Amino acid sequence: MGELATDKHVKYILSVEKRKDDFESVVMEHLRMNGAYWGLTALDLMGKLDAVDVDEVVSWVMSCQHDSGGFGGNVGHDPHILYTLSAVQVLALFDKMDLIDSDKVTNIVGLQNEDGSFSGDMWGEVDTRFSYIAICCLSILHRLDRISVEKAVKYIISCKNMDGGFGCTPGGESHSGQIFCCVGALALTGSLDLVDKDLLGWWLCERQVKSGGLNGRPEKLPDVCYSWWVLSSLIMIDRVHWISKEKLTKFILDCQDKEKGGISDRPDDAVDVFHTYFGVAGLSLLEYPGLKPIDPAYALPVDVVNRIFFKK
Amino acid sequence: MASGSSEVVEQEQERVMLRDRPEWSDVTPVPQDDGPCPVVPIKYSEEFAEVMDYFRAVFLADERSPRALSLTAEAIHFNAGNYTVWHFRRLLLESLKIDLHDELEFVQRIAADNSKNYQIWHHRRWVAEKLGPDARNAELQFTKKVLSVDAKHYHAWSHRQWVLQALGGWEDELDYCSELLEQDIFNNSAWNQRHFVITKSPLLGGLEAMRESEVLYTIKAINAYPENESSWRYLRGLYKDETTSWANDPQVSSICLKILSAKSNYFALSTLLDLICHGYQPNQDIRDAIEALKIPDLDTQDLDIARTICSILEKVDPIRVNYWTWRKSRLPHVA
Ligand SMILES: [Zn+2]
Repeated sequence: MGELATDKHVKYILSVEKRKDDFESVVMEHLRMNGAYWGLTALDLMGKLDAVDVDEVVSWVMSCQHDSGGFGGNVGHDPHILYTLSAVQVLALFDKMDLIDSDKVTNIVGLQNEDGSFSGDMWGEVDTRFSYIAICCLSILHRLDRISVEKAVKYIISCKNMDGGFGCTPGGESHSGQIFCCVGALALTGSLDLVDKDLLGWWLCERQVKSGGLNGRPEKLPDVCYSWWVLSSLIMIDRVHWISKEKLTKFILDCQDKEKGGISDRPDDAVDVFHTYFGVAGLSLLEYPGLKPIDPAYALPVDVVNRIFFKK
Repeated sequence: MASGSSEVVEQEQERVMLRDRPEWSDVTPVPQDDGPCPVVPIKYSEEFAEVMDYFRAVFLADERSPRALSLTAEAIHFNAGNYTVWHFRRLLLESLKIDLHDELEFVQRIAADNSKNYQIWHHRRWVAEKLGPDARNAELQFTKKVLSVDAKHYHAWSHRQWVLQALGGWEDELDYCSELLEQDIFNNSAWNQRHFVITKSPLLGGLEAMRESEVLYTIKAINAYPENESSWRYLRGLYKDETTSWANDPQVSSICLKILSAKSNYFALSTLLDLICHGYQPNQDIRDAIEALKIPDLDTQDLDIARTICSILEKVDPIRVNYWTWRKSRLPHVA
């Protein structure tokens, strides 16, 4: 089995941050805030966060904030809670939480509906992804008391399916990404007792295919990003020992571009920052040597989470 | 849709830069401001950059005009993932009181190339919500079209479920599920939709009323393809909150026996294990079938049939060996 090409991946992430000309960076422009979170968290897990200029990044993040308190995907873009969580996470990585006006951000993120669900914006789109984002963000800001946690939990549970998994809305098909959001939100609100852990654990461990990789739904191809969603969920419900960690580790390592750096969705595909982050984060959950541990619910390095909650 | 997309291509071929169009001569474009110290300087394609520069100008001026609306369409053609552009487009559609039926066509054209984009579906739903029951058939057709290309499309299914619940149209949905399952019996999304229909359709009388016919349907499906995770899970789902009737339904144990008599099968074994854990007493035929599947192994001498099943699963499914070992450890001790 090959090893994690840490130096190459660090170089790759730094080069994407600086890249100018190609199509991917144009398309990424509107969600650069998410890209920054993926790239910077991966760097931190590899112990190389000091390779970036803190002031530069932090001032850019702050320039994406609107008067309302929400953050846009880039300078001059409308705020959305998808980007707001990434911005808060990036500021947490750099220990710059004091720059955030928590009450303002809370007003934007805590858009809770009567049924306990959350909307991403004023247009009212509802999805359990937004429940996770709101709860994670408010928890980091110590503002969970501003929403009805009870209702939020009730809505998430209404999205639970017969197979033990969760969908985007009640009746939606179980999907590993949505399961991460729902289990994460339940973990952050201390409500994991409402999950049928054995049933969900079995569904999740069924996601491991022969190659060792994990898929997101039955009969779908394995993909490195699911190593994060499935694995973190399994850890949160304490069932991770039901899959073969060795085989999954090998699958992720097989997805590396060992020459130019970066990790792809499947072996021999093109790399991107998104999958590089999920690959590194997955390996961190698998306790790969040399990587910092990551918190499965907050999706931040454990030392960052400890700083937020215990050294305040 | 075919004519729609060729229209777009034509448009692109004859495209005139905005600075050369008289109707835009009064607008000063606003270039991207990356802040004082740009983290990621970006060089756009020239045309896309220009569209975004003009977009910023009308957006900042909050210009609610038809030309602003068509500018958002151009910007979306270049990049359908920009949240701000869609957001502004909705404001324009509202202030200009545009006929939203036309907007459905616009979304359909954009979705042809970008169907995995969250923004498109969100926008589509906003339009359909405004149109109300009027939009029902268009929405069912639209999702059907997307699903004919990718039958597991998560956004399309999610949208379709919303349409059924908000606007109706349940009449043909169970047949539609059957049709998709006929094309691909392994399609978990179609099985999920089937469960959604039999539990939520106001026309079918609910799970209890549907159980008998659905059990027959599912057993047929399992018989045809015993390796199908989805059909086995669906079968279990038909006995929601009725574990006892599931464990005692001879149809369930019979299908396990039938499958296992032919060949070892992962799902039949695990279903049988679940049945036994919930009080089912295996008959001699089942005992014989399991005995026949036993893997010769001198180390383990299992005390009962449930343990034997776990041992077999440990061997045939080594990737999840810890799960099966755990299941075995939870079995009650034999007196
Ligand atoms: Zn992926």
